[in-house]
Amino acid sequence: MSGAVSGGPLLSVRDARVGFGTVRGLLRAVDGVSFDLQAGRTLGIVGESGSGKSVLVRSLIGLVGTGSGAIVGGEVRLDGQDLRGLSAASFRHLLGRDIGIVFQDPMTSLNPVMKIGRQIGEGLRLNRGLDSAAAARRAVELLVEVGIPEPERRASQYPHELSGGMRQRVAIAIAIACEPKLLIADEPTTALDVTVQRQILDLLQREQRERGMAMILITHDLGVAAGRADDIMVMYAGRAVEMATTREIFRGPRMPYTEALLRSLPRLTDPTHTRLSAIPGRPPDLARRGTGCSFAPRCTYRSGRCEAEEPVLSREGGRGFACFNPLGTSGGAGA
Amino acid sequence: MSDLLRMTDLNVEYPVGGGRHVHAVSDVTLAVRKGETLGLVGESGSGKSSLARALLQLPPPKAGSVLFDGNELTQMRGEALRAVRPRLQMIFQDPIASLNPRRRVAEIVAEPLVVSGVRDPAERTRRVRAVMEAVGLDPDVVWTRRPHEFSGGQCQRIAIARALVLEPKLIVCDEPVSALDVSIRAQILNLLEDMKARFGLTLLFIAHDLAVVKSVSDRVAVMYLGRLCEVADSASLFATPAHPYTAALMAAIPVPDPDIPLGDTKLRPGDPPSPLDPPSGCRFRTRCPHAEARCAAEVPPLREIAAGREVACHFPLIG
Repeated sequence: MSGAVSGGPLLSVRDARVGFGTVRGLLRAVDGVSFDLQAGRTLGIVGESGSGKSVLVRSLIGLVGTGSGAIVGGEVRLDGQDLRGLSAASFRHLLGRDIGIVFQDPMTSLNPVMKIGRQIGEGLRLNRGLDSAAAARRAVELLVEVGIPEPERRASQYPHELSGGMRQRVAIAIAIACEPKLLIADEPTTALDVTVQRQILDLLQREQRERGMAMILITHDLGVAAGRADDIMVMYAGRAVEMATTREIFRGPRMPYTEALLRSLPRLTDPTHTRLSAIPGRPPDLARRGTGCSFAPRCTYRSGRCEAEEPVLSREGGRGFACFNPLGTSGGAGA
Repeated sequence: MSDLLRMTDLNVEYPVGGGRHVHAVSDVTLAVRKGETLGLVGESGSGKSSLARALLQLPPPKAGSVLFDGNELTQMRGEALRAVRPRLQMIFQDPIASLNPRRRVAEIVAEPLVVSGVRDPAERTRRVRAVMEAVGLDPDVVWTRRPHEFSGGQCQRIAIARALVLEPKLIVCDEPVSALDVSIRAQILNLLEDMKARFGLTLLFIAHDLAVVKSVSDRVAVMYLGRLCEVADSASLFATPAHPYTAALMAAIPVPDPDIPLGDTKLRPGDPPSPLDPPSGCRFRTRCPHAEARCAAEVPPLREIAAGREVACHFPLIG
């Protein structure tokens, strides 16, 4: 397998769409999202529940397909290979080999009736052609790498015998076993306590750097994204509303939703009883989307145009935002 | 300030089969002062929710005393306890699961009035309307709807209205915003602050998110594996944590600012021990960077190291 086409992105997504037919009409869960991800970089995708962040990423790797009644569109290329036309069987080969995935809840993503060592070795046997003994040896090495004490004993245990943090370490060992080019982590620490979360994020970051993998980190926690992502895509109501480097997002958001999200966070630096800047209202019903910007009804900077016309993600100096009255210009409220 | 609630040597145990028990709460002594918000922080298995349930006598604790507003709750049963309950209410984490899906919103909010014996329907309607308006729900819109028609944030408003309708003195809030999205979380935290001021409430606010706890709490208590580690006023606790566990928790918080370097938790590698088999002595010692032989031998008592600062550590970081 070759590396990324020189200079080109490892993952390229154009106009990704996912719709679900409901009794109330077509629900546009993901509505025209495009982005590129370079090898070795971490893209944080942040958004609230229902923003489409998980559905987007799962649709890219064939985990949301016609079988689930979804209507999927757009173009997805991994290392130059078009993924949209792939059969289910071809996706099975891709997942684990070229793409590793870590889900939120390791209790449901691991097989409860298969020993841990065998689960880690499964991909190695299928994708790398290792025999059982070699796969078992490699599984123990991987357990050492992800920081599990007594790896030989753990390899012959079942998932329920491990703590939540250790289960997530096992899930990471499985995800990286075949040296994938792309690691997808979907809320990997949301089910974990804060001190364990810290250890798991450190592990993910170390593996990503050492192996030069590209990583997509899906999270609702802006703190997690701030500490771990190179670039951030902010999603709202199925669309990418802002895309920039992590520092740009946190230092000078252009899209009012991003700013409002950051302002609504309680900060440890603020004294107790500091009033929070809540965002009024709530996200729109995706099956009854009107014209205009989805955030307009909650936006302090909205103008007549925002309700009549849909802003597209425009590019300005490498960063993108979907807003007619972006912050940091005379049209907005100023930076 | 006088204490509205005082727990003394509270112990909670659950049977886990095979004759074994999990010690969810061990020897906790903690007071909530009238008019304050006391934040209670801890990770899963720390016993914070067990403590909340035990003080509400749901079920009563295995041992210890719960003195609330002049009443020893652990000695009360049946009718006597029901007479105290209106002053002591609770809000839960999952707002949708904590509301009866088959009831209409007006019935849900009115139910505490029915249970506590307010017989006059006109009086109930008046009080339910008033409390709905206070929490930002339009009575004419929500009255006949059912919980599934509302978002999580709106359901939490309904739960808050239900808790307020009896004009309680103390509300125990168990992770009230953990299930909510960021943009909605701020609305509910602001609402709780407003309600506290308007109705003169005292709050016991349980959460695992330290930034959330700091934003609402006058004082903070930190729990680990069923024991208290530290109790202090918010400003001091966050400025200079005295217990190594508090310091580790604070260093582990993901801060939403890429220019602030990740803190060092200094924790020894390894996972938290099981609450079924907690370490001897100080329960934090297996992960503590400062642990010595004494920590395994002796349980550190909660002691005052400065005015208003209590810590349960043989080698506190300050004092």
